[in-house]
Amino acid sequence: MMNPTSRVHPPVDTRPLAMRRRGRAYLQVAVLGISLFMLLPIYLISLAALSTRESLNRFPLSLLPTDVSFETLAAFLGSTGIVGAFGNSIIVGVGTLALSALFGIPAGYALARFAFAGKEPYQLFLLFTRALPIVVLSVPLAHLFLVAGIYDTTTGVILLHAALALPTTILISASVFLSVPRDVEEAARIFGCSPAGAFLKVVMPMALPGLAAASIFTFVMSWNEVLGASILTLDHRTLPAQVLTSLSDSPLAYRFAGGFALVVPSIIFIAFMRRFLTNMWGSTIR
Amino acid sequence: MADISISHLVKTYPGGTERATDDVSLTIEDGQFTVLLGPSGCGKTTLLRMVAGLELPDSGSIAIGGRDVTYLPPNKRNISMVFQSYAVFPHRKVRYNIGFGLLMAKVPKEEIDRKVRWAADLLQLEPYLDRLPAQLSGGQRQRVAVARAIVMDADVLLMDEPLSNLDALLRMNFRSELKGIVQDLGTTTLYVTHDQSEALSLGDQVAVMRKGRIAQLGDPLEVYDAPADQFVGGFIGAPPMNFIQASVSGDGGSLLVGGQKLLAPSMLSTSGGSDVMLGIRAENVAVDIQRSSGALPATVRVVEPMGSSVLLTVDLDGQAVKVQAPPTFRTEPDDTIWLSFSPNTMRFYDNETAMALEAK
Repeated sequence: MMNPTSRVHPPVDTRPLAMRRRGRAYLQVAVLGISLFMLLPIYLISLAALSTRESLNRFPLSLLPTDVSFETLAAFLGSTGIVGAFGNSIIVGVGTLALSALFGIPAGYALARFAFAGKEPYQLFLLFTRALPIVVLSVPLAHLFLVAGIYDTTTGVILLHAALALPTTILISASVFLSVPRDVEEAARIFGCSPAGAFLKVVMPMALPGLAAASIFTFVMSWNEVLGASILTLDHRTLPAQVLTSLSDSPLAYRFAGGFALVVPSIIFIAFMRRFLTNMWGSTIR
Repeated sequence: MADISISHLVKTYPGGTERATDDVSLTIEDGQFTVLLGPSGCGKTTLLRMVAGLELPDSGSIAIGGRDVTYLPPNKRNISMVFQSYAVFPHRKVRYNIGFGLLMAKVPKEEIDRKVRWAADLLQLEPYLDRLPAQLSGGQRQRVAVARAIVMDADVLLMDEPLSNLDALLRMNFRSELKGIVQDLGTTTLYVTHDQSEALSLGDQVAVMRKGRIAQLGDPLEVYDAPADQFVGGFIGAPPMNFIQASVSGDGGSLLVGGQKLLAPSMLSTSGGSDVMLGIRAENVAVDIQRSSGALPATVRVVEPMGSSVLLTVDLDGQAVKVQAPPTFRTEPDDTIWLSFSPNTMRFYDNETAMALEAK
């Protein structure tokens, strides 16, 4: 038999390697581009919100934070109703989160674990709430809330937002619970847990990252929703509704400050919840 | 510790038409290690899950230690279980995993600590007690699952194919280790597997299942040596039992196999003139390159050296037969060799029912 090393090797073809490197470079460029697309507006609005009124009118506009000032922002926060609206937005966001979790998580669990009559139609039916435009929903709701005495309250807005958020909460948490192996839950039952105990001690902790993702979705949806909130309230507006109503008759600086104030809390919330999204237990779940 | 008594258990899964377990009755004595063996879909796992309380039967009953548990939830049965997928809790450290059952049973903390250390010592897990399961290998995770099961002092230990996710070498090693541990504990054990070598090596008794029924129940050697029907003979043993078409002469005195006449055992005297199936294990066929009296000529088709033996596939009058020859046996494909069957290792099966013909 021939010694393999004594054979003549064909020259190494480096073209596939070069192609691979080029592919990686393109990927980096794409990542950079998408990041810029997301970050640039945030940067610009932060820049404008943190500039003085005069520097905003200067031409050409400086793209670097040359003279940072909190003057505009302070003026914005000091204007009537803003601090109250800010509080309302947080109350509504957290309330929506709590309410949709209270109903959405058990519903998602049921969808993931049990076979029941009408399961498929139910899933489809869930999405119908989102099929109707908010404008169409809001007017009858406003009437209903007036009758029920919860018009112009944060409770009313929470109810609307929770209804809007529930379909996604249910469907996301159902897929999250599907990813928790049934065996693990059964093991908890064998080793002495009641059904509720197994859910709380084993299933919930394992589902937490996914549920955190669902909660980001819900909170940001509630934080951003403006149409329903402005129809259902007069004096107890959420921040976006408040900013929107006073937008047309306010100076440019005020608008930037308002935009900035709207963006920051969602970013903080996402940054906080992101912790639960990245793998909690070392490498992979299994 | 307790005995398990399963009586007339019937279960049909919703939407299914066939019974997953079809009127199964089985008794497991206190401290006995029973293996449920069968191909996938034979109902062995369903039976185990009903004993665990993870599935409920349609009818029939299960008693553990004289107490009816048929419809009791799993946490009220005082059982313990090892899952095929390990089913360790990924969000908790190994220490918590092992002590989980005791913690749920509100055992004092010192006692839990002591037992966790004992189990970790037994299964060589001490260095890993403060790790998360994701940081362990598959074999170590299965050890955690076993440790979690044995700290429980349960009446019954259930195991659902605990070794099937391990690689071959690890499986062999852990198998003997597991047998030793369970022997020392003396817990009544019900073990499910589709691996016949596992069943033979572990069980005090083996229940071979097929289509929701127990085809044969007996100690491992009995099941191996005298399969109750052709299915059991074909399922157990590597290679499986050979089945060779044969016919009994009219007077019941001789047996025609592969064109040769053999002396028929006396048990066939009543089957005169009928066709039977001759069952014989590969290792019970003696081979010779020279003709001897009563030997059957066969043509070698395939030669597979196995190290400790040579496995031959030979053609005996048109029927393929597996033969285990000594490692020194030299032969080539297309050679003619001579087979002889020792009379007391031959089993006979009814041609139609595939059931063993009993000596009358």
